[in-house]
Amino acid sequence: MSDGFDDIGAVGAGLAATGYLADDAIATAVYLAQALRKPVLVEGPAGTGKTELAKSVAAMTGARLIRLQCYEGLDESRALYEWDYRKQLLRIQAGQREQDGSSPGAGDQGWDGVEDDLFSERFLLTRPLLEAIRAPDPVVLLVDEVDRLEVETEALLLEVLSDYQVSIPELGTVAATRIPLVVLTSNNTRELSEALKRRCLYLPLDYPDVERERAIVMAKVPDVSERLAEQVARVVRSLRALDLQKPPSVSETLDWARTLVLLSIDHVDVERACHTLPLLLKHRGDLAKATKSLTVSGID
Amino acid sequence: MLAALAGFVDELRAAGMPVSLTEHLDAAQALTHVPLDDRGAFRAALATTLVKQAAHRATFDAVFGVWFSLGRATVLGDGGSGDDLVASGASPDDDGAGGDDLAARLDAALASGDPALLAEVARLAVALHADLRADRRLGAGSYERYRTLRQLDLDGALARLRGRPQFGGDDALDPLETRLAREELEVRAARLREEIEAEIRRRLVAERGAASVAQALRRPLPADVELMHASRDELAQLRRSLAPLATALAARLARRRRHRRRGHLDMRATVRHSLGSGGVPVEPRFRRPHLAKPEIWVVADVSGSVAAFARFTLALVHAMSGQFSAVRSFVFVDGVDEVTRCFEGAVDLDTAVRRINAEADVVAAEGHSDYGAALEAFWARYGADVGPRTTVVLLGDARSNYHPARPWVMAELSRAARHVHWLNPEPRAYWDSGDSVIGDYAPYCDGVHECRNLRQLGRFVEAVA
Repeated sequence: MSDGFDDIGAVGAGLAATGYLADDAIATAVYLAQALRKPVLVEGPAGTGKTELAKSVAAMTGARLIRLQCYEGLDESRALYEWDYRKQLLRIQAGQREQDGSSPGAGDQGWDGVEDDLFSERFLLTRPLLEAIRAPDPVVLLVDEVDRLEVETEALLLEVLSDYQVSIPELGTVAATRIPLVVLTSNNTRELSEALKRRCLYLPLDYPDVERERAIVMAKVPDVSERLAEQVARVVRSLRALDLQKPPSVSETLDWARTLVLLSIDHVDVERACHTLPLLLKHRGDLAKATKSLTVSGID
Repeated sequence: MLAALAGFVDELRAAGMPVSLTEHLDAAQALTHVPLDDRGAFRAALATTLVKQAAHRATFDAVFGVWFSLGRATVLGDGGSGDDLVASGASPDDDGAGGDDLAARLDAALASGDPALLAEVARLAVALHADLRADRRLGAGSYERYRTLRQLDLDGALARLRGRPQFGGDDALDPLETRLAREELEVRAARLREEIEAEIRRRLVAERGAASVAQALRRPLPADVELMHASRDELAQLRRSLAPLATALAARLARRRRHRRRGHLDMRATVRHSLGSGGVPVEPRFRRPHLAKPEIWVVADVSGSVAAFARFTLALVHAMSGQFSAVRSFVFVDGVDEVTRCFEGAVDLDTAVRRINAEADVVAAEGHSDYGAALEAFWARYGADVGPRTTVVLLGDARSNYHPARPWVMAELSRAARHVHWLNPEPRAYWDSGDSVIGDYAPYCDGVHECRNLRQLGRFVEAVA
């Protein structure tokens, strides 16, 4: 991005303006990504705002967001580019029909023409990675849940991430017109390869601390009182300390806060908390554990 | 600056973190982009370029605190409000004015939770109580920390504060609020402890130099902690990293199984898909292969010396039970008992361990490991169930207290089972020394593996499944 940010503070302020509250580590990583032209690998449990970060960076810079959702079995033709073979078949058929009408001998000429034509950009379907490289306007490339890729497929990303180019045998190498800002996210279901990690800046996102979570609630939930936001953040911290199967994520905290506002509850007590717990915890075992912990600790 | 960075990177490597040359260069480049007087940004820039695994973050923080601490210590020393208190000559251990004043400050800092106040208290407490001058050993500051905390009487302060209405004393708050307020108090206390530790390190560094302190502080990475000798803190940390390890292993195994070989050609799906390309079968479609999952039996020695190791292995295997067609577990000392039921419905390791301790009947005679007797009992009671799909994993140091080894049991077992593996938590160098009879059993095992830490354990489980 040529229109970069001035300093780390500007990144933090810019993200805050889009409603994303960044801490030191996040702002520094985004700033360095732009300054060093390196991708950022964001890793952390689900619901800590990894994808949201990419969206907010795009919104902040006014760039277009191009998203590559990774899944098992994702291949070159879905990630980089693909030749539109249906259209190519049609083109060949159309060529044959023309040829039938014309004189013999023009056939060789015709084939060269057809071949050049078949592997031209007209028949190239760009997929997210190539699209991000070729985009003339500023873009943010989001490679979401990169840990779902198989280890072999990960290698697909390497050329794009380190050199910002894509090699297409029939066309040659397509280099980026302007370097996109790349954000990769991972839920840490597996260890990513060293090769990938080495090329990236690493940004582990964990659940926010109480102050930041309260600020997030205040920013994202309209009409929430400061006191309720504080209480919500503290209850959630208390639950996260419980060794649950799936601790409540930030998005679940926000859902809970919205619900409390909707029910016009301005003060959470044990009973109300237990009734609305299913918004925070999605496992039966976790629910039982949390309910028990909240009610028991109430007695002593 | 570059020299300091190089030293820092060397220290990270010495602590076991794999920092590549590229990463070192990235860090150096990143530093040209951040203001060096902004400590937060400086630290974040180094962390984001050098640390590539969440588990390494703690190591990074510790080394960073030591290596780049001097700057901050001098800044803080510039006439803070409490310097007079230290300078006024309140001698250590003297419960005079200095101590009282400090206690009041401690209460105020904890009650307000203001980070600056907490840091101030930590600084004063260390200056008054840590007694650094008297102690020039090559420690990492744990003695000084203990001393400071004892003199500061943090627990007493916490008890005092819990009595205040603000923290739920006198039933001033409803139960939930009380709980939340007290948790907040605990968090502040934890923060104070961290500050004290950091302050002690700063002082140690000022006195002895960063390299010496960093060396004294060196701790193995979580995955490299020896299971047999882990401290309580380390065990707690390991317990936390067990669940992610199980998830990661399970995901990797599931993926590997799916891709190990492709299934038969699925004609129907191929033809259906070919319609998109005018009837030309451009992409063949395959059936999903049928999965053959092994059945795994874990037989673990749970006598004192190897109990922690056995628990971790049992928990890991059960957390991954989806990857096996069946998991059965047995524990023994000199008798043997099946404990599979203890893991059924158990949500966490602690519950399962408690149930094992309460229910399993593992002591037959004297309560010291007797591998021969235990294996014979195991074979007599459960041997009939061992079939050609069963993989048996035995855990233990094979220290049989000079009882007869009875290796014929292992011979029978390896004939009946698909595979027999032995995991030994002892370093390989100690095998077959003293009362260890691992050499008697090894010929009948498909593999005898040294398994001293989570890294080795994870590698084994992945290989066997």
